[in-house]
Amino acid sequence: MSAASSANPVSLPTHGGSLGTAPGTAAQALILSRYQFRDYLRSRRFVLMMSIVAVIGAILSFVLAYYHGSATVSGLTSSSDAFYGSFWTEGVAIVIIFSGIIFGGDAIAGEFQNKTGYFLMGLPIRRASVYAGKYMAALAASLVAVLFYLAILVANGAVYLGAGAFFPVSLVESFAIAILYLLALLGSVFLFSSLFKNSLYAVLVVAVLFLFGFTIIEGLITALVKIEPWFIISYAQSVIGYPFLSSLPAHMTTSTTMGPRGVSSTTTTYHPTYLEGFLIMGGYWVLTAIAGLWLFEREEFT
Amino acid sequence: MSPSLEAVGLTKRFGSFTALDQLNLKVEGSKCVGFLGPNGAGKTTTLKMFTDLIFPTEGEAFINGVSVQKDRKRALEPCGDLIESPEIYGSLSPREALEMNGALRGMRSDEIRSRTATVLEEVKMSEWADQKVGRFSKGMKQRVNIASALLSDPEVVILDEPSTGLDPRGMSEVRNIVRGLKKEHRLIFMSSHILSEVVDVCDEVALLDRGKLLFYDTLANMSQRLGGGVRAVEAEFALPIDDGILTGRIASLPEVAAWSRSDPRRVTLQVRGGPTEQARLLEKLAAMQLGLLNYHESRSALEEVYLREITQGEA
Repeated sequence: MSAASSANPVSLPTHGGSLGTAPGTAAQALILSRYQFRDYLRSRRFVLMMSIVAVIGAILSFVLAYYHGSATVSGLTSSSDAFYGSFWTEGVAIVIIFSGIIFGGDAIAGEFQNKTGYFLMGLPIRRASVYAGKYMAALAASLVAVLFYLAILVANGAVYLGAGAFFPVSLVESFAIAILYLLALLGSVFLFSSLFKNSLYAVLVVAVLFLFGFTIIEGLITALVKIEPWFIISYAQSVIGYPFLSSLPAHMTTSTTMGPRGVSSTTTTYHPTYLEGFLIMGGYWVLTAIAGLWLFEREEFT
Repeated sequence: MSPSLEAVGLTKRFGSFTALDQLNLKVEGSKCVGFLGPNGAGKTTTLKMFTDLIFPTEGEAFINGVSVQKDRKRALEPCGDLIESPEIYGSLSPREALEMNGALRGMRSDEIRSRTATVLEEVKMSEWADQKVGRFSKGMKQRVNIASALLSDPEVVILDEPSTGLDPRGMSEVRNIVRGLKKEHRLIFMSSHILSEVVDVCDEVALLDRGKLLFYDTLANMSQRLGGGVRAVEAEFALPIDDGILTGRIASLPEVAAWSRSDPRRVTLQVRGGPTEQARLLEKLAAMQLGLLNYHESRSALEEVYLREITQGEA
């Protein structure tokens, strides 16, 4: 109840009621993804990711140029399938895993730890929009990295394969499968990110699992339990290279080796079929998206 | 319909610890309500449930009659809020962050542009509008957060200790902004543990301690609780007031029950009666032409009520 005040209150121009009616869930997800993608493009993590791809591309280009003419490299550059089957299949998986870790590892955990979630979640927006928007932004940023890697490979392909063979249909097919793998991997990464409120834990767990954890588990299951590891995402990864093969590998091969004391040991190797690969990747994508969102919906900003 | 916030049996437990215990509170109308309480009283917990950042163990929170827990999107539509000190994506500029906020709220482009300019001007961040938020100090970020809370010209404004992280000048500016927000058809609900902040800007006070609501009342009634009809006001003069004037002319006024002096230019007067007598006393002091600079209700009144209630709660 002041009769005199040392500071005059300032009047904001007003419009008589709150402005705007919140758009639908999908529209809000798109809006958020646009700004999140912009944030990614300007971030150090984007520079880091592009640097990783650039270094991989530079090493690849150097090796191809240096050993050009040697028997090994000549074999790899003899056909577009041989070239991309070697360099694209393995390389793109690495690029996808790194971009998943870098763009998705802390996507959800960071909202809690960095408190950016407080800025977003006070708005009239469903958590599903935030989750989907961030997923789409991470997907777009990862796609840029994948396309950058593809551009480096295609440029090398143009040099060593010639104008008529540097962009085969099999590469388009493999690219499409790689995108499915990226969708599934990002879904898994977002699930792990939703599990933690700490960015470091989220990134570490995702990195350990996807860089070698799943591969080790897959190997152990095959060797010890002797079953097909159809439930491990890394098992489906090899499907990315199938378009470059003239014939698909046998689904299951068993080899028996005789030990020094006459003891034989049997080794079984599994290769996913196309259908299996698609089902595993699609399943991971859908199930991890549902589970991740379910967790995010229940996380509290304490 | 007038803007409103309502907590119905709102309870939050973290394990065996009860942060908020059966809060029943309805604030309604165009006013500024201070949500007071010591650290750990449950203020932020309450506001987080009003904005769906955390979920109640029991009960429900309503904004303009819409349940936050059942339909957060519709409930938060008329609401601008600032809870704790949010971070904004570091590579975005304040203008871009507010554009995103406006777009997510469904504001038109021209509304976003004009309101962005207005609120950034209001929080004195116009010249930083296109710089990256990641480079800002905590205080600058808090200003952008306040701008964000005001962007949609909301009917309900929820502020959780808005002057946190600001220097004394910034705190004063924030109070000025909150005072400026008072208008027809707007409810401001502001938590604070700074009594002077609440006295400066609020009309009503809800006092919370250890998860329980101790009372909710107007500032005027709260002062009445202290003195049983006697209010304290502080008068500041341009020049020292000598004892003769104080005892002879001021203390003899029928509205003055007692007086004390903290320094030669400031006098605390106990006023008999309510706001009418307080206003009459002001008129009389001004008419004496003693160089009255400032006249306001004594903050110590609220402080005493606050401390008394909190102490009783502890006992």
